[in-house]
Formats: sequence, C-alpha cells, structure tokens
Amino acid sequence: MTVDAGTAPTGPILAADGTPLKVSLRKALRVRRLRAIALVLPLFIFVLITFIFPIVDMLFRSVENPVVARNLPITLAELENWNGKGLPSEVAFAALAKELVLARDNKEMGKVASRLNFETSGMRSLITKSVRKIRKLKQGPYKEALLKFDKRWALQETWLTIKRIGQAYTAVQYLAALDMKTQPDGSIGMQPEDRQIYGLIFGRTFWISLLVTVFCLILAYPVSYLLATLPLRYSNLLMVMVLLPFWTSLLVRTTSWIVLLQRNGVINDIMVWVGIVNEAGRIQMIYNQMGTLIAMTQILLPFMILPLYSVMKTISPTYMRAARSLGATPATAFIRVYMPQTGPGVGAGCLLVFILSIGYYITPALVGGQSGTMISNFIAYHMKSSLNWSLAAALGTILLAAVLMLYWLYNKIVGIDNMKLG
Amino acid sequence: MAFPPYVGPIGKAWHYGFLIFCGLVFLFLIAPILVIIPLSFNAEPYFTFTEGMLAFEPAAYSTRWYEDIVNNPQWMFSAGNSVIVAVFATILASVLGTVAALGLSQSHMPYRPAIMAVLISPMIVPLIISAAGMYFFYSKIGLAQTMPGLILAHAVLGTPFVVITVTATLVGFDHSLTRASQNLGAGPTRTFFKIQMPLILPGVISGGLFAFITSFDEVVVVFFLAGFEQRTIPRQMWAGIREQISPTILAVATILVCISILLLTTVELLRRRSERLRGMSPG
Repeated sequence: MTVDAGTAPTGPILAADGTPLKVSLRKALRVRRLRAIALVLPLFIFVLITFIFPIVDMLFRSVENPVVARNLPITLAELENWNGKGLPSEVAFAALAKELVLARDNKEMGKVASRLNFETSGMRSLITKSVRKIRKLKQGPYKEALLKFDKRWALQETWLTIKRIGQAYTAVQYLAALDMKTQPDGSIGMQPEDRQIYGLIFGRTFWISLLVTVFCLILAYPVSYLLATLPLRYSNLLMVMVLLPFWTSLLVRTTSWIVLLQRNGVINDIMVWVGIVNEAGRIQMIYNQMGTLIAMTQILLPFMILPLYSVMKTISPTYMRAARSLGATPATAFIRVYMPQTGPGVGAGCLLVFILSIGYYITPALVGGQSGTMISNFIAYHMKSSLNWSLAAALGTILLAAVLMLYWLYNKIVGIDNMKLG
Repeated sequence: MAFPPYVGPIGKAWHYGFLIFCGLVFLFLIAPILVIIPLSFNAEPYFTFTEGMLAFEPAAYSTRWYEDIVNNPQWMFSAGNSVIVAVFATILASVLGTVAALGLSQSHMPYRPAIMAVLISPMIVPLIISAAGMYFFYSKIGLAQTMPGLILAHAVLGTPFVVITVTATLVGFDHSLTRASQNLGAGPTRTFFKIQMPLILPGVISGGLFAFITSFDEVVVVFFLAGFEQRTIPRQMWAGIREQISPTILAVATILVCISILLLTTVELLRRRSERLRGMSPG
C-alpha cells in the first residue's frame, strides 16, 4: 500500500507503482483496446483493399466520362465560346478536324465515336466517315467542306451532343439507367417508349425478389415450426435436409432444376406418364420467369428456415397452453399468441432472402430465359458484351444502393451479430 | 401419432395436412439434389430417366460419364485449379478471420458495429458488383487472370463466414480461463494456443469449411477474373450448361454433392462437439 489513509485522506488513490489508480486503469484499458484494434486491423485493411476499394473505384466509372474530354480538348474549349445558337465558328470546325485526325492516329477515334454513338445513334458513322473526308482535305476552311459533306454537321444537335459528352463528369449514365436522356435542347426527358428497358428490369427484379421472399416464407414457416417443436433427435435429422441444399453448389442445384423442369425433363415425363398432360401438352417450365421463381425459391429456402427456426426454438410452449386453457381455439392461440412472437425471425428471414435474391445472377442467367432475367444479368451484359462499362457501373450503383439500404435495415432490426450459419 | 383426447377430427385433419405439407417442402428441398445422382449413371446421353433405368436393367446404367471426367484433361485441369484456389483462399480467410474475430469479441473494441458491417459486407454485396469491381481493379494492378488474384478475391469472399462462425463460438467464452492462465504464468501466445485455440477450434474449422465451399462453388468472380489458364470446376460447368450440355455435367454435379455431404457432416459433428465443450447443449 502506498496510500496512507491517515496522512493523505483527500489525495488520489495510487496504484502499486505510485501512479494514480485512475491513470493506471486508463492506461491498461488503452493497451487492451489497442490490442483489440491490432487484431482486427489486418482483416479490415485486407477487406478495404481487395474488396471495398475496387467497388468504390468501379462506381466512379459511372460518372467519369474521360474519352471525349481527353481527345477533343481544343474543340470543347472553342465550343465553350459558342452560344448554342447558329453554328460554331470555323475555329471550332478546324479544331475538331485536327483533333479527330489526331485521335485516329492515336487509335482513340473508335472510342470517341462509340461514346458519342451511345448518346445519339448515327454518330459513329458520321465521325468515321468525316475523318476519312478530312484526311483528304489538305487545308481549310473545314466548316464549308464538312457542311457540304454531311448535313448533320449543320445541325445544332450534333454540336450540342459533343459539347455535352465532353464534360469530364456526367450524370448521363444514371439518366440512361433510369430510362431518361437529355433531349437535344438540353432538357431531361424520358427515352422513347421502345427504348425504356431498365425501369421494366428494375421493376421485375423487385417483383421476382418479392415473390421469392413470399414463397420462401410460406414454405418455411410450417417447416420451421415442425423443426422447432419436434424432439431434438428427429429435428436434427430433418435439419440435415435443410442444410444439405445450403451446402450444395449453386450450379449443381440450378443444373438439377434444368434436368427436372425442361420440356423433356423428369417432371414433364411424370406428368405425361400419370396422364395430367399429353405428349403435345408438355409444359414449358424453364427458361422463363417460372423457372427463375421455382429455382430461386428452392435455393434461398434454407436462408428463411434457419432464422425462423432459431427464433421459434426459443418460444416457450407454455404461452400456447395458457392461451388454450383460457379458452382460445387452436387457431386463435396460434395466430394471436404464437405468431407475434415469431416476428423477429420473419423479419430476419425475409430481409435476408430479399437482399440475396435482388442481386441474383447465376440462376436467372441459366434458367431465366428472356422473361426471367434480372438487373444483375444486364450489368453482366454491359460488362462483358456491350462493353458500356459506365452504364454497367451506373446500374450497379443503383443496385448496390438498394442492397446497402436493406443491409442497414437488417443491421438495425436483426443485428449482424445474430446472423447464424447452420 | 397419439393425440390428446380433446383434439377433434378437424384438429387431426389439420395436423396431418400440416405434416404432409412439411413432407412436400422437404421433398422440394432435397429431391432436386438427389435426382441427379441416378441420372449421372445413365448409359444414354439424355438428361432424363430411360425406360431401361426405370426397369433397373443393368445395361441401362454405366459409369461412362465418370470415365469422361477422368479422361478429359480439361476437367482434371479445372479440378486442380479449383483445389489450389480454394485451399489457399481458405487458409488466408481462416487466419485473418479468426484473428479479427478474437479482436471483435473483446469488449474494448471501439466502433464494433460499423467494423462488423464492413467485414461482413463481402457476403451481402451482390456478386456481380464485387466481380465487376475486382475485374477493373485487379486488371489495373496486374492481378487479373492470375492465380494469386483469384485466391485474394475468393479469400475476401470467404472471410465473413469465418468471422461469423468464430465470433459465435466466442459468445459465452469464459474469459476467466485466459486470466487464470496468465495468472499462472503463461504468456499471451501460450494462453492463445493452449486455452483459447482448443475451445474455438471447432468454430475455426467450420468457418474454414464455409470459406472453402464458397471458393469451390464460386463462378461469377471466376467468370470475370480468370482467364483460360485459371478455369475452375464451376467455370467449366457453367460453360457446359450453356454450350454443350452432356451428362458429364451430372457426373461432376454428383461428385460435388458428395463433397457437400462430407463437409456438412464434418461441420455438424464439430458444431455438436463445440456445444458440448462449452456446455451449451446436453447432446
């Protein structure tokens, strides 16, 4: 003891080494906190570098628009001086001519032409043809020559498009992702009817996810109840039947649905054999929305059963018995007493299934056909086939925003700590 | 089934209806997985049961599709890649995930919910977005179309599973055990390996197996990040389903199902052992 109660009754309590106990305790806590942080830090940095940063980096692509700005800087500067009425001056025409030829020599012209073509179809051919023409011209005036070569150069719209696409940062991809576009006069309006697809796809993604969630809930609720009320021996055995699909490869399960559901598949064979349908009346159950719904419901069902089960497991049967003994019918007792207690499980399961299904890619791609494709499939299409990466990034940002909102909700309601696996 | 005397005929009907409904749901869950197993022994190149198979004629069954896998260098090559990627990704994910879970389970951890949300996010973010992001970034730093790139990508996708399972094992961990160990003179390292590790090992292994199966089944990231040289089994299956459908796919699927059953059994046994060790369940 370094504290002598008799001589220093008002002084701070001291630790064994003479420092005040408060300071010493704070120091000890700080050391432990630092140790905890040091343990978490490696994974945190790993996730940040290999996962979060790449995604954020990609999302920036949705607003970045460097191609035209990089290749036509002088033209764009000249267009800044143009008031949007009449035609740009000869200086702007000459700058465009020089920069397009330069872009062609740098093998950048194709990119410029494609970028402009995404905005206004026909720009690609206009640019490529004009460059060929310009190369034959030895000198100006370019304005006259270009106007004579193609009358589209006389349209203000053409120049307004170049000016607009020349901005280094743009919201144009988000407009495209929402089926909107900038009209030639600069106002924002909807795409023509036949080009409005993403609203439909977002709507369908939402609708399919909602249906899958509802189907999963309807199928999972009774099964979870059974599992929670059976003696442990039996429920453990049945639990294996829930967990096996959970552990089986997504591709394997999708493949088996193809085998089962296709026109010459097992289910159609059985129905023909039983006599429900005749040979000609085989039902097309796959490569459409129905296929996506059936396969996704089966694949995501365990994610609904597990949280429901873990909540139902904790509900004591005495409440139901009390309700019955107080005169409630079995139905009333179940609906008024049991079901409200399963609320947290229902919330957790529904949110989890909805979050997972909204971003589904593999199953819709393999069994969805035309009517069963979802937003992820379009992101993949723009990444891999059309190579319109900015649009893919914009669609991805919208999807990610939706998922993160639901994730936040899940965290608020359920808490990530309570997420269980098997 | 013995009913209490007060249960009327309607009550019984409800009960049987309920059992039948549950039975159908279990069938819905499990039948699609089981149906491919006999079909993979089909002697004919069809995706459905032939007359002979239904009559149990031995001639209608064959192992030709399995021989196909073994004799096809493409499949064997993919299998090799899958195993290499999954093993290294699992090791990386298990080590990082376990260490982080140890930190997260301490009460002195600041900003715990926010950090947890970040660490779990690879499980939540749609795969297509993760894959697209990784594709651009890994291309930029020269890791696209390389095995290390694929391993890093799969490792980060597997870490949430390790974090979740190990944190779950650490819930209710009696910290007086570590204090007692330190009191008796053991250093932090020795305490970890002698006291904590044996208790959380089931969780670590379960999490590791989750990470393994995540990598082993993963196709979207492979689709974007891997070149021909890094083809894995799922990538090969994907091509098979989309391009040349053959029952070889079913044989591969059957093998994958067997692997799943093996892993599931291991995890279940470990879970029960862990619960017994921690005194959480009687069985």
